[in-house]
Amino acid sequence: MGKTIAEKIFDAHRVDEPFPDAHVLRLDRVFCHEITTPIAITDLIERGMDRVFDPTKIKAVIDHVTPAKDSKTAEQEKILRDWSRRHGIKDFFDVGRNGVCHAIFPEKGFVRPGFTIIMGDSHTCTHGAFGAFAAGTGTTDLEVGILKGVCAFHFPKTIKMIITGELKPGVYAKDLILFIIKELTVNGATNMVIEFTGPVVDAMSMESRMTLCNMAIEAGGTCGICYPDMTTVDYLWDHIKDEFSSKEDALSEYSKWVSDFDAEYEQIYEFDISDLEPMVTFGYKPDQVKTVAEMHGTKVDQIYIGSCTNGRIEDLRIAASILKDKKISVAVRAIVSPASPDVYGKALKEGIIEIFHEAGFCVTNPTCGACLGMSNGVLADGEVCAATTNRNFNGRMGKGGTVHLMSPATAAATAIAGTITNSNLFKASIGEKK
Amino acid sequence: MKTFSGSVLFLDRSDINTDEIIPAKYLTEITKEALKPFLLEDLFLDGFSTSDLLNKAIIVTRENFGCGSSREHAPWALEVNEINVVVAESFARIFRQNMYNCGMFAIELPKETIDYLFRNYANKKVTISINVDNSAILIESDQASEKIAFKIGEFDKTLVKEGGWVGYADKNY
Repeated sequence: MGKTIAEKIFDAHRVDEPFPDAHVLRLDRVFCHEITTPIAITDLIERGMDRVFDPTKIKAVIDHVTPAKDSKTAEQEKILRDWSRRHGIKDFFDVGRNGVCHAIFPEKGFVRPGFTIIMGDSHTCTHGAFGAFAAGTGTTDLEVGILKGVCAFHFPKTIKMIITGELKPGVYAKDLILFIIKELTVNGATNMVIEFTGPVVDAMSMESRMTLCNMAIEAGGTCGICYPDMTTVDYLWDHIKDEFSSKEDALSEYSKWVSDFDAEYEQIYEFDISDLEPMVTFGYKPDQVKTVAEMHGTKVDQIYIGSCTNGRIEDLRIAASILKDKKISVAVRAIVSPASPDVYGKALKEGIIEIFHEAGFCVTNPTCGACLGMSNGVLADGEVCAATTNRNFNGRMGKGGTVHLMSPATAAATAIAGTITNSNLFKASIGEKK
Repeated sequence: MKTFSGSVLFLDRSDINTDEIIPAKYLTEITKEALKPFLLEDLFLDGFSTSDLLNKAIIVTRENFGCGSSREHAPWALEVNEINVVVAESFARIFRQNMYNCGMFAIELPKETIDYLFRNYANKKVTISINVDNSAILIESDQASEKIAFKIGEFDKTLVKEGGWVGYADKNY
């Protein structure tokens, strides 16, 4: 019997199996942000164990509330900043150089095929897009990761998704993952890895693959995984060119991180998505999904484009292609948060920021803020937001608020119309990028 | 080890997420104790009021408890309210691991057993105590007392006995 990619990564990293329900893995990366790390740091100090296992494998960023909005968030940032300096953690991204963790860390080349990664953030599953095993953890796992460079996991049972057909113009990775979560339900993948495979995924950019893997957690999944291929190598090339003589060389090395044809799966799903329509959530769970057509005309108060799901350059390009030479409805306000300084920079150079500005968007610095109702776009009681984010939980973006999750294209069209609207009403051919 | 016995709060809903257990706006706190007044503040459940939490030590609930964010603030908010046990049909992975990592119990029981507990005890004054060594729950009301066995892995049991993952990992790795 063959092995899945997750089993192969476990085999290559297992340092102990103290009990049948615990595989202790060596970690290649421990990612940190200012919300879940400070309590780990203060606990380590209290225990007299203020050490790090390897400062080159720890990466830290301020992203959830940035710049600090009050004394408490300033204190959280200070704890992370001082700790990074104290331990020589060189890859610490402070205000101005910071972005949403799951956007900036892949951009910097910190994620590689075959890696094990943890972070005190549930959307860490995003990094599986590179053929890595990346899982969100709590602060205690993070603390042990920082101290010892290990983390314990259950055996990685895997669900395989084979996605065939071709996405229609105006339909994107976000629509596909919302459809998949609807099929799996919010706990259909609990304790399992979700492999995204098939020609549709093969044809996707790294940005789109990250959008898919990012929301694996919304079906309960431990990690989303895509097999590394030339698209992965191209994305990473600037960071790995000194390690390999050619891209083909890199690809041949990374190709060991794919599942065997006879690997054992918990479940295999095959979907032909040629007829898939733009999708949007209703209600308060991410598996409550309808077509945009079914939700057409639903009134919203705010549009938010950004987050670790859909705040990358591809997302901004798609939204801008719809917003160009248009104004947002006077009935709504709209916010865009480019997910990293690199995304922001590219959007500036390409004239995308100008398009958003002219359309009437508020352009913020890179931050997670609004997505979880911490800053930069919190909803009032009874308000509704059309968002490119990942969670529509009650109160997620502000107490008493409602969130409809959708693609950047649908969000842009909704901003113009003032109500939930299919992007094909504003642009006939927006399917160039998947 | 922590204390694993006391009065029971029944929460009759599935998919209670960590944003409901402790809203993100309180994640700016840097001590666990500061979370105490905000536990379940945003819970979406008809008839529930946070005053129901008074003197409760155990929560019994349905499917997929603790889904969503990885925030360990959720177990901490329970812990500082002296709730060290949640009994449910199932848990989200990260929340479940966080509970054991803190030396707390996230006990899974089959759907039929959870249904039975709700049917027989939800409207009564009930206490539960957990026997760690025998992997059993003792449930007591005015009229009845019964024992229900639960399954727990050796690793999870070890974490409860050692008081959490940091101590265990420091000793062993």
